[in-house]
Amino acid sequence: MSTLTYAVADSGTMLRRQLRHMLRYASVTVFLVGMPIVFLLLFVYVFGGTLGNGLGGPSGGRAEYLEYVVPGILLIAVAAGGTGTAISVAMDMTEGIVARFRTMAIFRPSVLTGHVLGSMIQTMLTLAVVTGVALLIGFRPSATPVEWVATAGVLAMITLALTWLCVAFGLVTKTVEAASNLPTPLVFLPFLGSGFVPTESMPAGLRWFAEYQPFTPVIETVRGLLTGTPIGNSAVIAVAWCAGITLVSYLWAKRLYNRDPIR
Amino acid sequence: MTTTRSQPAIRATGLRKSFGDQVVLDGIDLQVAEGTVFALLGPNGAGKTTIVHILTTLIGADGGEVRVAGHDVARDPDQVREVIGVTGQLTAVDNLLTGEENLLLMADLRHLGRHEGRRRAAELLDRFDLAESARKPAANYSGGMKRRLDLAMGLVGDPRIIFLDEPTTGLDPRSRRTMWQIIRELVAGGVTVFLTTQYLEEADELADRIALLDHGRLVAEGTPDQLKRRIPGGHIRLQFAHPDGLEAAASTLGETVRDDEALTLQVPSDGSVKSLRGLLDRLETESIEVSELSIHTPDLDDVFLTLTGQPDKEKEPAR
Repeated sequence: MSTLTYAVADSGTMLRRQLRHMLRYASVTVFLVGMPIVFLLLFVYVFGGTLGNGLGGPSGGRAEYLEYVVPGILLIAVAAGGTGTAISVAMDMTEGIVARFRTMAIFRPSVLTGHVLGSMIQTMLTLAVVTGVALLIGFRPSATPVEWVATAGVLAMITLALTWLCVAFGLVTKTVEAASNLPTPLVFLPFLGSGFVPTESMPAGLRWFAEYQPFTPVIETVRGLLTGTPIGNSAVIAVAWCAGITLVSYLWAKRLYNRDPIR
Repeated sequence: MTTTRSQPAIRATGLRKSFGDQVVLDGIDLQVAEGTVFALLGPNGAGKTTIVHILTTLIGADGGEVRVAGHDVARDPDQVREVIGVTGQLTAVDNLLTGEENLLLMADLRHLGRHEGRRRAAELLDRFDLAESARKPAANYSGGMKRRLDLAMGLVGDPRIIFLDEPTTGLDPRSRRTMWQIIRELVAGGVTVFLTTQYLEEADELADRIALLDHGRLVAEGTPDQLKRRIPGGHIRLQFAHPDGLEAAASTLGETVRDDEALTLQVPSDGSVKSLRGLLDRLETESIEVSELSIHTPDLDDVFLTLTGQPDKEKEPAR
């Protein structure tokens, strides 16, 4: 078999291992799906009436806020999925099984690609469920089928980027506890961007941060695709951020994994 | 397999490794002939696991050359990985998977193919007495079962060289016996076994050659018999109630080690019933009153005392 066949076969084996882990660790999966749904319901039904009026749209109120907040909630789901990835990578590294993998003639990065593919599948399923709940409670996007596909594409890109970043987080930390803390800021980034309120309503310094952080262009692109708000150059910036984060995180994770495990 | 009879299965020369300022391996030379069992004996912290980690390509060495099955571990790690099986000190099973899934995972990573993988997994489950628990998660296994599964996983690809890092540490005596039996069967099948242990008894039971590791250096190497000849024999320790008894016994028994303060006498003995009976008879004939008697057989402590000239500083209780 060639190196490429090995790479595909071994990554597939590791993916199957990850999927089994997810089924056995169902409580984590339930939490990762449940958390964004709780956020969605909380923001729409508790804060939505007031926040919607502040958006200054024609209808105002809860219905308008639901249209606004869905992309932010989706990004929360992506970030929460990242936390799960970091924890599962860190847990894996403390187990003897990974040491065994390192002494086997397998495609070396397959342990990591297995984690990434598994997390991607988990997060994309989570996003589908969260979108479904949003539709159930009255979210009415104007997106065409092509725009839906584009939305899925953009979300897949940011998921890939954050998953590789969180794989590196899981590798760089020495304990599972530390690995669960490190990605926490990612869950807050949608709040410190255009996820929940327009950046124009923020004070100067915060507004500057909110406009230039990577989540905002992603949120703006998703919002534009789903509800028809102007996208402008957000799409290009979002793609650039995703590509950049993916590349840097991949190289970082690879280097961390290739270090001697005992130093 | 490119190895031939004339080529050792494992050869290390001038192996050195430090972690920070701490020198863990300080110039190790060793050779293991194909089809034999080599035991690396030493206390905790001697560097046994570090040697296994380097030989199994898990970590790199700072200096020296290591060849496993003729392949350089630093230059051709994948060729080495193709022919070895490793059972580590840290049990290397996936606790969330069942015993069967763990074995199938190994079969997939060895690229055995679906049918062959299933056949091999079933065979190993049977052989290691795990068939009944095959569908239970490994997390629910007992220590002995986990260790057997661990070893079985290392055997999926029919490795020619097997590394066992303290395979019986923490196991109860029965599981230990079972593990020894399994290792003997492997050797009978022609594989080379590299074993580390803290137990002299274990090395004696299994190994063709034993090397003693202390503070990152090999202090002795040879067959079990060669090493045992270098270890002082055991002794019988007699405790007396009165100095008179000690005095009488010392003059009767001849060559002994006597401690006047503790009122004890150490009489050299091979620990056999015959020698013990002889000693008791002589004490009886001379009507010497002994308040306590204990038998001491040579153990790892004696080995270290003799061969390093000092007790190991960071030594932990051997059992």
